[in-house]
Amino acid sequence: MSAAELAHNCLYYMLLMRKVEDRIERKLYRQGKIVGGVYVGRGQEAIPVGTALVAEPGDVLFPSHRDMAVFLIRGVTPGRILAQYMGRAGGVTGGRDANMHMGDLNLNIVSIISALAATVPVAAGAALALRYQGSNGVVFSYFGEGSTSRGDWHEGVNFATVQKLPVVFICNNNQYAYSTPLELQMACANVADRGPAYNMPAEIVDGNDVLAVYEATRRAVAHARAGNGPYLLECKTFRMTGHSAHDAAHYVPKDLFEDWGKLDPITRFEARILIEGWGTQAEIDELHAAVHREVDEGVAWAEQSPYPDPATLLDGVYESC
Amino acid sequence: MSTTYLEAIREGLWEEMERDPNVFLIGEDIGAYGGAFKVTAGFFERFGARRVVDTPISEAAIVGAAIGAALMGLRPVAEMQFADFITCGFDQVVNFAAKCRYRWNAGVPMVVRAPSGGGVHGGPFHSQNPEMWFVRIPGLKVVAPATAYDAKGLIKSAIRDNDPVLFFEHKALYRRIKENLPSGDYTVPIGQAKVAREGKDLTIVTYGAMVWVALEAAATLADEGASVEVVDLRTLLPLDRETVCASVRKTSKVLLLHEDTRTGGMAGELAASITESVFEYLDGPIVRVTAPDTPIPYSPPLEDAFLPNAEKVVEKARWLFRY
Repeated sequence: MSAAELAHNCLYYMLLMRKVEDRIERKLYRQGKIVGGVYVGRGQEAIPVGTALVAEPGDVLFPSHRDMAVFLIRGVTPGRILAQYMGRAGGVTGGRDANMHMGDLNLNIVSIISALAATVPVAAGAALALRYQGSNGVVFSYFGEGSTSRGDWHEGVNFATVQKLPVVFICNNNQYAYSTPLELQMACANVADRGPAYNMPAEIVDGNDVLAVYEATRRAVAHARAGNGPYLLECKTFRMTGHSAHDAAHYVPKDLFEDWGKLDPITRFEARILIEGWGTQAEIDELHAAVHREVDEGVAWAEQSPYPDPATLLDGVYESC
Repeated sequence: MSTTYLEAIREGLWEEMERDPNVFLIGEDIGAYGGAFKVTAGFFERFGARRVVDTPISEAAIVGAAIGAALMGLRPVAEMQFADFITCGFDQVVNFAAKCRYRWNAGVPMVVRAPSGGGVHGGPFHSQNPEMWFVRIPGLKVVAPATAYDAKGLIKSAIRDNDPVLFFEHKALYRRIKENLPSGDYTVPIGQAKVAREGKDLTIVTYGAMVWVALEAAATLADEGASVEVVDLRTLLPLDRETVCASVRKTSKVLLLHEDTRTGGMAGELAASITESVFEYLDGPIVRVTAPDTPIPYSPPLEDAFLPNAEKVVEKARWLFRY
């Protein structure tokens, strides 16, 4: 892939995630068309995009609730994601679960549960299975810095490092766990500081620079794929919203939003594209328009998708019923 | 040659590992040490570290890793050293494993073995009967065999099942009971109770080690002229309500027995189910013999007082016959 093609993909998926989430949070939710929780990754798009673009088809991804682009990159359409949010039958879970709580084993994407850190030992187990099966696949385990306070995060990381499993741990450190700032979450300065305790390489990355994330992910994946064990990427970023759509984030100092707003991963990357000559302003404008149309089509698709039939309520608790 | 309950579980595990290369074991001290109760003795030597995975003291990692491996198509059998410690992996069992299929159509063909039960002077953290924590979680299956035959047949069914199964094996039965098992492969279906003793005057419904208490009580009551039927549930979820109700239709009297504590125990669910389905067949109240609502104590006189026994069952049955 040429540098210009990579740049196009990076921008396209960041824009698509941004615009789908904007539509969800700023329109469909406010219109009452989405009745459940809405958790977006505005300002963090470079992390799912820069990481998932590195993944091979046989790699298994465990995206967090702020990693929508992982699904988009794996081919889940905006329409199905929007239908998921709207509780429609055409959503990825057919209305069984909400927002980013979704997975598809055919795409090698495993669904998170709400207690995000619980996903970490499961990711370790998936990596154990890949090695057991003789695959050279790598597991991408995503979480926020808040998850690293949890016991099962440590249990999963410890087990994965003891077993030298092929896992890349990807932390989006957006500096708030709901309303709790970093200094009330952990006594160390960086999530990466936890790495040495597990004899695990840990790298701090500018999480708002999609190419920096991409290059770091390539290093991490090469390490894991070569059988050297887990690798921790701490992607420093900022949550440019509340925890969820119902949280106005009054507890976040305004200047933090202003400072981090200047580091927006999309506007930054567009400037880089022009400087590097990977594209023109006209091409960027056209991409914006195309993504806008794609989101419109996705919304239309989702809105025509029926609600699930209540007669299916009892289906699928077990395989045999 | 007769086989103990513990050996039956071991044979079931061994044969499944020989049969299916996707089956592997994961847990604490199960490798070279052979497990706290030696259920997996010899497995490490035969199957190696790849298929007998020793873990740190880390129940969330054990269950979580089993889930992850199961999602990828393997068939892990996770061992909790004691059922009591499953609390440390509770979120993994209840929120992760149990809900995968319903939420996003992903099967978790995992078995969690949980050595449970009292009568071994294990005290409050090595004697509990935590099955009901899981029986009310849709998506899980819960089995609790009472005999060596059923232990072997059910562990095989559990491993072959495409949904998560919690396998409660009673520690007091490990080396206390034995029987001749058929040679060759057999399974016992999950979700089917069995009549462990036929009778016509009273039904005792129970499971696990209490099946033996019920049978002892039934023998005593037979000497007094009462014919007692004992229903061994074998599987607690999904529950075989039909076998229970069929027995009640026959005997019209019911005594519900479990080693678990009283409030929220299986007896309450069974009583409601019997009342809903076969109320008109009853000619007396549904009675319970259970452990009291206390933690399970260590000291032998206290533990003996805690545990149901044949004497307590006989006394309650006599009361019911006099009703």
